[in-house]
Amino acid sequence: MSYLIKGARIVDGEPADILIRDGKVAEVGAGLSAAGAAVVDADGLVALPGLLDLHTHLREPGREDAETVETGSRAAALGGYTAVCAMANTDPTADTAGVVEQVHRLGQQAGLVEVQPIGAVSIGLKGEQLAELGAMATSAAKVRIFSDDGHCVSDPRLMRRALEYVKAFDGVIAQHAEEPRLTIGAQMHEGRESARLGLTGWPAVAEEAIIARDALLAGHVGSRLHICHVSTAGSVEILRWAKARLRASGVTGRITSEVTPHHLLLTDAQVGCGSDAHPGSYDPVFKVNPPLRTGEDTAALRDALADGVIDVVATDHAPHTVEDKECEWGYARPGMLGLQTALSIVVETMLERIGWDGVADRMSRVPARIAGLSDHGRDPAPGAPANLALVDPAARWTVDSTALASRSQNTPYAGMELPAAVVATFLAGEATVLDGKAVR
Amino acid sequence: MSFNDPSREAGKEFGMTEHAQDSARNQQVFPVDGPNGQVILTGGDIARIVDRIAHQILEKTRGAADTVLLGIPTRGTPLAARLSRRIHAFEEVDAPAGALDITLYRDDLRLRGARAIGPTEVPPGGIDGKRVILVDDVLFSGRTVRAALDALADIGRPRQVQLAVLVDRGHRELPIRADYVGKNLPTALAESVKVLLREIDDTDAVLLAKEPGAAASEAAAR
Amino acid sequence: MIRHLLSAADLDRETATLVLDTAGQMDAAMAGREVKKLPTLRGRTVVNLFYEDSTRTRISFEAAAKRLSADVITFNAKGSSVSKGESLKDTALTLEAMGADAVVIRHSASGAPHRLSRWVSGSVLNAGDGTHEHPTQALLDAYTMRHRLGRLDGLNVAVVGDVLHSRVARSNVLLLHTLGANVTLVGPPTLLPVGVEGWPAEVSYDFDAVLPKHDVVMMLRVQRERMNDSYFPSAREHARRYGMDARRMAMLPEHAIVMHPGPMNRGMEITPEVADSPRSTIVEQVSNGVSVRMAVLYLMLGGSRPEEV
Repeated sequence: MSYLIKGARIVDGEPADILIRDGKVAEVGAGLSAAGAAVVDADGLVALPGLLDLHTHLREPGREDAETVETGSRAAALGGYTAVCAMANTDPTADTAGVVEQVHRLGQQAGLVEVQPIGAVSIGLKGEQLAELGAMATSAAKVRIFSDDGHCVSDPRLMRRALEYVKAFDGVIAQHAEEPRLTIGAQMHEGRESARLGLTGWPAVAEEAIIARDALLAGHVGSRLHICHVSTAGSVEILRWAKARLRASGVTGRITSEVTPHHLLLTDAQVGCGSDAHPGSYDPVFKVNPPLRTGEDTAALRDALADGVIDVVATDHAPHTVEDKECEWGYARPGMLGLQTALSIVVETMLERIGWDGVADRMSRVPARIAGLSDHGRDPAPGAPANLALVDPAARWTVDSTALASRSQNTPYAGMELPAAVVATFLAGEATVLDGKAVR
Repeated sequence: MSFNDPSREAGKEFGMTEHAQDSARNQQVFPVDGPNGQVILTGGDIARIVDRIAHQILEKTRGAADTVLLGIPTRGTPLAARLSRRIHAFEEVDAPAGALDITLYRDDLRLRGARAIGPTEVPPGGIDGKRVILVDDVLFSGRTVRAALDALADIGRPRQVQLAVLVDRGHRELPIRADYVGKNLPTALAESVKVLLREIDDTDAVLLAKEPGAAASEAAAR
Repeated sequence: MIRHLLSAADLDRETATLVLDTAGQMDAAMAGREVKKLPTLRGRTVVNLFYEDSTRTRISFEAAAKRLSADVITFNAKGSSVSKGESLKDTALTLEAMGADAVVIRHSASGAPHRLSRWVSGSVLNAGDGTHEHPTQALLDAYTMRHRLGRLDGLNVAVVGDVLHSRVARSNVLLLHTLGANVTLVGPPTLLPVGVEGWPAEVSYDFDAVLPKHDVVMMLRVQRERMNDSYFPSAREHARRYGMDARRMAMLPEHAIVMHPGPMNRGMEITPEVADSPRSTIVEQVSNGVSVRMAVLYLMLGGSRPEEV
């Protein structure tokens, strides 16, 4: 099928028409026409390269009651994504070629976004023995990112070996930075709120210490390191220093990092006071790992995302069933939905400072480079793969947890009015979302 | 109005306190008919009634031996003390006065909410085997007296219990009758009876007022 | 009166004073009576929902409810945890179906009473949640202080020991501050929470320096097992630095009292000669607990419900 998108502003540019044919962008220009092409009126809309999420939990295999590759893919498409990187903490763990190929295949069957599996660093995420990283890299899933996310690769020797080993196939280690000995029983950010609420604290230093250590390791062995969900002002300072140091030394190592939409917007105050749709305190819909931090942290993270110390936004989309969330705070599992709200939160918190070009960088172009997915993160131009999203920048919408495509409902934004809505998403030239609704 | 609506009796003391304070402020020592109600009994009337009841008690109990007067807070308590003093003045008999709070025995907690608990003071010697005369200002539905009988049973076992009231305004909801009545005062449900006593209100009087909104709230209760 | 009692912060000065006054009246109402029972809450159902062993608190609430003639249902859900059978929410729906007018909940998870209060229409009373709060303990402590010392306003109270893990400390700091007392938290820095500077209290690491200036010393229970997590080097060292013994008792002003919420670790945070001395209020605290809980139940269940007005 071919599509003629009429009058979309390409990122921050002037309005133009985009003709999509045979999976690629065929033409870009004014006053295009094409017989047989479905016309999409994009007057007032912004065309972005399809978004790419470096950090998605699709839960399949193992917790299909919380999310499946298909439901997660649909949520992603509705959020403007054309590719997601599926985290390895499934059951069984994605620590073998067999499991990553299964996830990859499920993604293809769903056909709503490109699902790029992430492989586990260690067998069973136990942090003891390296998984078969090479086998996963050379499998049909072509894994490039490896992560024990949910767990930190805390053993410095194992971390060093992993960083070194993946250099052979241009891999990157995505670290969940959390010193486990400092976060035993941790429930929320350690500070005034945790002291008041009597919840065991998750100190910022547990993240910062690991980031500092790993930045030094990556420099030492000249490897690629990606820091997942950076959440503290202190981490930003360390990353700023580490990046400058690597640049100055001229070594081959490279450090990238991501921030989640919820760490840009929400703070630990929500634990004690909830929100309009989640009144009352201790509602585990706000429980996440790393935890929501303070207002100073969110401000520092926004600054870092604007000035490039933090490279990208990744959702850490983490679906959980009602049973795992409608319970005591301490028993609830950490994590929040993110795919369908990420773009709106970034617009809300960052658009004024970074513009649509900055949004495209941080949610599409740079993530695609980190993931090594060359079909993604490309602006609509003749010959480029037609992976793109149309966004209505003037729209405002209210989040309804029951109306989201995810199988779970654990969004902290329920009842919140957010700016910007995804109107259409195209994956390899086919519409996955039209008029704000999933095509399939 | 249903027969088992306890709210009327309950409203008695609380409503009165507020009104009474207003009256005391507005009318100083000599209440007159006005927006706060029509004066039914003056201070002089009340003094004569207390004297009469004291005489009646002496007469009916053949000398008031082994008798304890327990006032029901708030305004039953000073009335009991006055009766005790008058009995002593007339016959030099000691009929000690005390207080019996019934707040925790009310049957209208669910309807009226928690209220401040008053003091219970049983005179030395207790009530076991004694004649207890309960003293209250206004007898209305009878529910306060019922609660008082329950409260009494929990603190001892009197030989006999009697009831003295300053005003009986009718509208009983329980088979309760006073042994000593200062004044029978036929009233409408929409009216309120306010008793003012020097010890609390700086003046002695009984007022009858049309309660604003009383008719409406009664209609709603129906 | 408030609908739920989840935190001592739910009580403003007026309400807290009303509870203490009412507790005094309850005390008076029960004193020297033949029948230790009032009909006040007849026909009301109070559920004791205990997810954690606490004989002392459970019995106290049970006695309070029974003395007010409420129907008491005790539900021992101990052993329930992550791998539990029924979830707290399902239990809440069951209680709702039973028509519980009040649920007294004890739970090892901080905030469990807050969650429960979203799911039931009756009143929820926090009888201790995790390392968060224990508001009725703070009320009975305040009642005991006022009874012994005649006032709370301007009183200097030291709370000593494992503040980090203590729900008693959190509730006491909040309530005592509301009632005008000055609180000093005393303990090793490891047992004072990060973020304690946000509390309306002073902090000291030097117990001896604090003693002469205080009217009340409240000792908190310190579990020996904390030693294994390096909160302090040894029980002996902790007792020496932060234990209440005869030497320290002698440093207190003449009128000062020593409190302990129980259960005590004799020889750890308090020596037997202090615990059994006339300055100790430990036994009074237990009996005051019943009066205070009667007052709370009376005031909370006495509040008329919207649908009945």
